Formats: sequence, C-alpha cells, structure tokens
Amino acid sequence: MATEILMPALSPTMEEGTLAKWLVKEGDTVSAGDILAEIETDKATMEFEAVDEGTLGKILVPAGTDGVKVNTPIAVLVEDGEDAEAAASAAKAPAPASAATDSTPAPAPATPKAAAPAPEPDVPEGTEMKSTTVREALRDAMAEEMRRDGTVFLMGEEVAEYQGAYKISQGLLDEFGSKRVIDTPITEHGFAGLGVGAAFGGLRPIVEFMTFNFAMQAMDQIVNSAAKTLYMSGGQMGCPMVFRGPNGAAARVAAQHSQDYAAWYAHIPGLKVVQPYSAADAKGLLKTAIRDPNPVIFLENEILYGRSFDVPVLEDFTLPFGKARIWREGTDVTIVSFGIGMTYALEAAEALAKDGISAEVIDLRTLRPLDTATVIESVKKTNRCVTVEEGFPVCSIGNHISAVLMQEAFDWLDAPVINCTGKDVPMPYAANLEKLALVTTKEVIDAAKSVTYR
Amino acid sequence: MATRKTPQKSNTSKEELLTFYREMLLIRRFEEKAGQLYGMGLIGGFCHLYIGQEAVVVGLEAATEEGDKRITSYRDHGHMLACGMDPKGVMAELTGREGGYSKGKGGSMHMFSKEKHFYGGHGIVGAQVPIGAGLAFADKYQENGRVTFVYFGDGAANQGQVAETYNMAELWDLPVIFVIENNQYAMGTAVKRATKSPDFWERGAAFGIKGEAVDGMDVLAVKAAGEKAVAHCRAGKGPYILEIMTYRYRGHSMSDPAKYRSREEVQKIREERDAIEHVRDLLLTGKHATEDELKEIDKQIKGVVNEAAEFAKESPEPALDELWTDIYADTAPQNA
Repeated sequence: MATEILMPALSPTMEEGTLAKWLVKEGDTVSAGDILAEIETDKATMEFEAVDEGTLGKILVPAGTDGVKVNTPIAVLVEDGEDAEAAASAAKAPAPASAATDSTPAPAPATPKAAAPAPEPDVPEGTEMKSTTVREALRDAMAEEMRRDGTVFLMGEEVAEYQGAYKISQGLLDEFGSKRVIDTPITEHGFAGLGVGAAFGGLRPIVEFMTFNFAMQAMDQIVNSAAKTLYMSGGQMGCPMVFRGPNGAAARVAAQHSQDYAAWYAHIPGLKVVQPYSAADAKGLLKTAIRDPNPVIFLENEILYGRSFDVPVLEDFTLPFGKARIWREGTDVTIVSFGIGMTYALEAAEALAKDGISAEVIDLRTLRPLDTATVIESVKKTNRCVTVEEGFPVCSIGNHISAVLMQEAFDWLDAPVINCTGKDVPMPYAANLEKLALVTTKEVIDAAKSVTYR
Repeated sequence: MATRKTPQKSNTSKEELLTFYREMLLIRRFEEKAGQLYGMGLIGGFCHLYIGQEAVVVGLEAATEEGDKRITSYRDHGHMLACGMDPKGVMAELTGREGGYSKGKGGSMHMFSKEKHFYGGHGIVGAQVPIGAGLAFADKYQENGRVTFVYFGDGAANQGQVAETYNMAELWDLPVIFVIENNQYAMGTAVKRATKSPDFWERGAAFGIKGEAVDGMDVLAVKAAGEKAVAHCRAGKGPYILEIMTYRYRGHSMSDPAKYRSREEVQKIREERDAIEHVRDLLLTGKHATEDELKEIDKQIKGVVNEAAEFAKESPEPALDELWTDIYADTAPQNA
C-alpha cells in the first residue's frame, strides 16, 4: 500500500517551510532513517528522515518550493510492484502537486502579511518601505547599533555559532566576531549578572535570553542589581543594557515555556519595558533600547518572528519610548493591546467593523513608560475600553489601565472596562486546552459588543 | 584558622607597616563609632561591621594599581575606607544623609564610588560575584590591563551563581580575583554546618582556576598573596581565588547576639591573632616606631573618625524631591 510522506512540522511554531533539496530520487529504495530531504524552516535548515520503508514512487513537491504547508503530501512511498502514478494520483495533493509537474514554485507567500497600520507620524511621508520580518528587523537593529558603537555586544545561549536559537542573531558573528557576539554556557543567573557588571564597567551589553521563561533564573540580577543600582548609588552607577528574547506562549510548549512576563517587569521602577508588535516597531524600538542609558526589558514573541511588515528604509530609524501607536481609528470602542495581543485586537476590529462597530485599536508598544495619555484621549472619544493581552489576568497590564481610566476618565466611561487576558491557569499542553487558555479574537469581539451594549 | 607564618621582613618596610597600621586602625575605629551611632539610633536598618577582618582589605589594596576595581557584599565599610573613599561620605551614608555617597538613598549596604572604582556594596548574598566578573569582562574587552577584586564570604561561596561565575571567568580568562573572606560563620551557621567541602578555594579546581588559602590575620601575608594573584591576572592567565582565613569579632549585624559561638572563642582570637596588634608588635619590636608615636597615630585616627561622625550627624537629610530622582538616567519616573 502506498504511504504519503507529509511536510513535517520541525518546530513548535512552524506552519510552512521550503523544500530546499531532495536527497533521494524517484525509484530509490528508502529505509527508515534515511535522509530524504532538506527542509528550511524560518529558523534553520533541517534534514528530514524517512520513517517507513519502500520505494520512492513519486515526488509531489519539487526541490525549491517555498511555502509548503505542514502536512501537505510531498512524496509517495510505494511497495514493490505498486504503480507509482496511480498511488500519486490517489494522494490528495492539490496545489503543490501541480507545481511538481510544471515546476513553477508554489505562489503562496512565505509569511502572511499583517494589516498595514493607519498612517502615523513615525516616519516622513513618502519614505520607501520594505517588507521585513520581525526576525530580520531585530537583527538589523542590533547590527546597525553594533556598527555605530563599539561598546555594544551580544551575549547569550547559541547567539554566535548557532546563529541564534530563533535565528535572530543570524550573521552577527560573521560581521562582528567572537569578541562581540558571545556564546554563553547555559547559566542565566550568571550571565545576566555578568552583563550587569559589564554595563557598570562601561559597555552596553545586549543579553539574549533564549526565552524569557529562563530569565526567571536571572530575576534577582535584573531586578535587584540592574534596576535598582542607579537609585541606590545616588545616580552614580547606571546600568545601560538590554535584556531581550521571546516572551509569552509559542505553540504547544506547555506551562514552563509559555508565560507572558509583561506585567512582572512593568511593575519594577528602574526598568524600561518594551513589547513590540510590528517589525518596524521592533527595529525602531530595539535601536532606542540599545542607546538607552537604563536597563531595558525587550519582550519579543516567537510567533511574530516570522511575520512581515513594512519597515521604513531610513539611515537611522529609531522610535521613542512611551508613545503608543494608533493602528486603526474608530469611534465606538477603544481596544488597547501590545505585542502579539495586537493580532487579536486587529482581527476583532475587522470583524466588529462588519457588524457596524467602529473600534479604535491602540498598540502601547512600551509598557514602561506607558502612554496612558493616548489611551485616555481615545476613551474620551469612544467612552468604552477593552484591553487585550496574553498574560495572566491578576495584576495584569489591563488591570493597571483599568485603574488609570477609572481615576483619569471615570466620567467619560459608559461601560466598565473589560480585560481580555490569558486564562488563570498554567498553560496546558493539549492543543484544544491550549487554545482555550489563550485569549481569543472571539473573546475580544464579545467584550467589545458587551461594552457597546450590542 | 591557619597559623600565622613568620612574615618575610625583607618584603616590608617601616613606611609600609605604618601605613597598614593606620589603615587598619581607621577601619576599626570607624566601625566602633558606627556601632555607637547605631546604638544611639542615628544609623538604622542593617549594619554589618568589619571589625576583625581589617587585614584582608588593607593587605589586598596594597597589591592594587590605580584603575583596578573592587566590589563586595553588604559588609562593605572596610573596603570603602581601604580604597580611599572619604570616611565622612561613608558615615553620612550610614546615617542616611545628603552628604552620603548615595545621597542617603543606599545606606550601609549600598554604596558606590565611580572615582575610586568601588562598585558596591551589594545586599543580596553572592550577587556581586557575577557582577564583578562582568567588570573584569569589560576590562578585558577594553584591553585596559585592569584587574577586579570580587569579595564575598564563606556563606556566599555556597551560592550557585558563584559556581556559574567561576565557570565563565575561567572559560573567558577574565582578569578577576575572587576573594573569599572566610570569617567562619555565614550569619550564624558555622562553615562545617554548611558544607562538607570547607576548603572553598579548592572548588576552583573543578573549573580550572588556581588559588590558595591565606592567613587573613597577617596583613603581610595577604599583601603577598594579593600580589601573586594580581600578577597572574595581569599576565592574562585568567582568574585566581584567594580564600582568606579571617574572623569577625562582632555579630553578623548589629542585631545579632552571636549565640552560636562562645565568648571564649572570640576572646582567644582577639588576644592571640589580632591583625592590628600583629603590626603594632612588628613596629615596636623592629624599632620602627615608639609607643608614643603609635599613640599619636591613634589620636589622629580618632580625630578623623570623630570628624566623620560629626559630619554624618550634621549633614541634612536628603531633600524630599530626592525620592523621585535617580530612578532613570535620562527621564523622570514612570509616565514621563
């Protein structure tokens, strides 16, 4: 019986990939464990091994095809004497199969393009824009700042020779060498503290945490040493450095790898906290973070790394902290979010528009300093507010915004503020439960309808 | 505690002995005064005195050059005085006044001096160890030939981040000297109740770091060990560990009655091993100074300490708007 070979998922967040190269050809005998192909994910090129035995009857997706969705049949394995063509036509492989016959690459773009924001004054009108992934934008920001300032260096697990666990630091070792792009042992508490000392000593470290879940081990150095020393020294000893890395849920990595720490860090005086959504903001804000004379927590998101956005082509594009961005103007309800929460906020706004509800969507971009003025101004117009974040509900950023609105815009509110958050549970592993634990677009839509009494 | 070795007289001089005497005495008198001011309610919170351990910092400072860095824990007054910080500024910080090194915002445990390359004053046990390695990392990066002294106690030596730091310091050949001030007690826990591996310096071997134990009641032995360690670091050979066997006469902090050891134990060390008495003996038996000359020094030191105490009492409390400054280097507090 013929066996379909399917495009594999090679990372927790992989949705599609490039079939870079076949290492077997039609008619070859294949044993379990043989390397069949090389597949490029957005993070790495991986070898793909056979699980079953048989003869490679038909290749359905030719080498060089981009955007092959996970679980698409890419080849058919037949048993001796079986008709390869018949087996192949039986395989349900529509789009990529046609690509196999006419050798045209599949037309699907490598990454879905996110909605463009409402025009706003971050860049001069007429600036050329270039579609860039968040991943590339972060790398470009670091590279530009490292070219500009010799005291800037990057350290963390797998940042150098491996090119970054999530490929954020790709190419940096080649350009800047091992003095400035430094692989550390797996020792978060130690290297976070070492980074703090290097900052006291006159350098500008960028400390990458493979994920912010692991920064829990380094919390004492971040909070007690990095954030408080300027104050405790009466202004003598500052700590100009960036702690960065992916934060929040990725996909199916369960409770210990899926936490959003935005509210934790935003709680601490002495830290600045940035959580960008778009590639342009990732770039402009990371450059600002590296130049900032204070410790900056820069919270990225693994799922956003592969998303493309327009990034202005400018010699030196930086964005100020403490300035929210209005992505979408509206009149009926204000939806406030940041980071990956913006995905739900924008999807909800789109759906609400179809129901005749005009939502204004605000991306906070930085959580400390927090641009409450923009939120208050918007609420004075819409009289209603919904906040969206993936973090836990208790003592969340949404809670804080609710409190600020109650104090500063009480008379303008026509409904209680609703906080849409992740659920108050450790992240479960099971796919269906994980989906339930995360905030959803539907919850945001329902909240918006509730505050507008629809 | 290691027994005292006979100091090699050829390695010292009258001037050096007098300097050591003055510097150690300054620390002791300063700490006694701090204890007194604490009793009067002029110093608050935690206050950890350095009395008994003076030879450690005085000996090691004698091995430094201008630009070398130092960082330590919360038992930090001695380190600050030994590296040349102004006793007035230190004492005024203890009393929480505007004239203190941190404008009264840090207190006993959190003081810094960029000018004297003193990087704190850290209140979390062991946290200064990776930070100190980071200072050495910055020196190596900047190729400036400087060495960093990282001081920590026998208590901190059991912290995980110390092992993490040893590993990185040796991996990257950082010019850092790890100084374990083994005063025998981590607060109230004697070394042997905290570890079955009580020779802390030997732990460096697991990471490839050389080191040695040193008699910390002999300032000349400390200086000699410091010079050896500094030479190792400046030659680019990476870190070095000095475990300096010392003793604190007072409790862990002012509120510690020290019931975990006998009065006789403390008394015996004070009488037989005291580092200041040791130098005093060397000065007198070597005929480098007379009793009267030493009395004159005592008087001078007392004057310096009294002056510092007066300054610390008279300096005003910080202005109320200091509450909101120095949180960020560039901007006002939250929501600027």
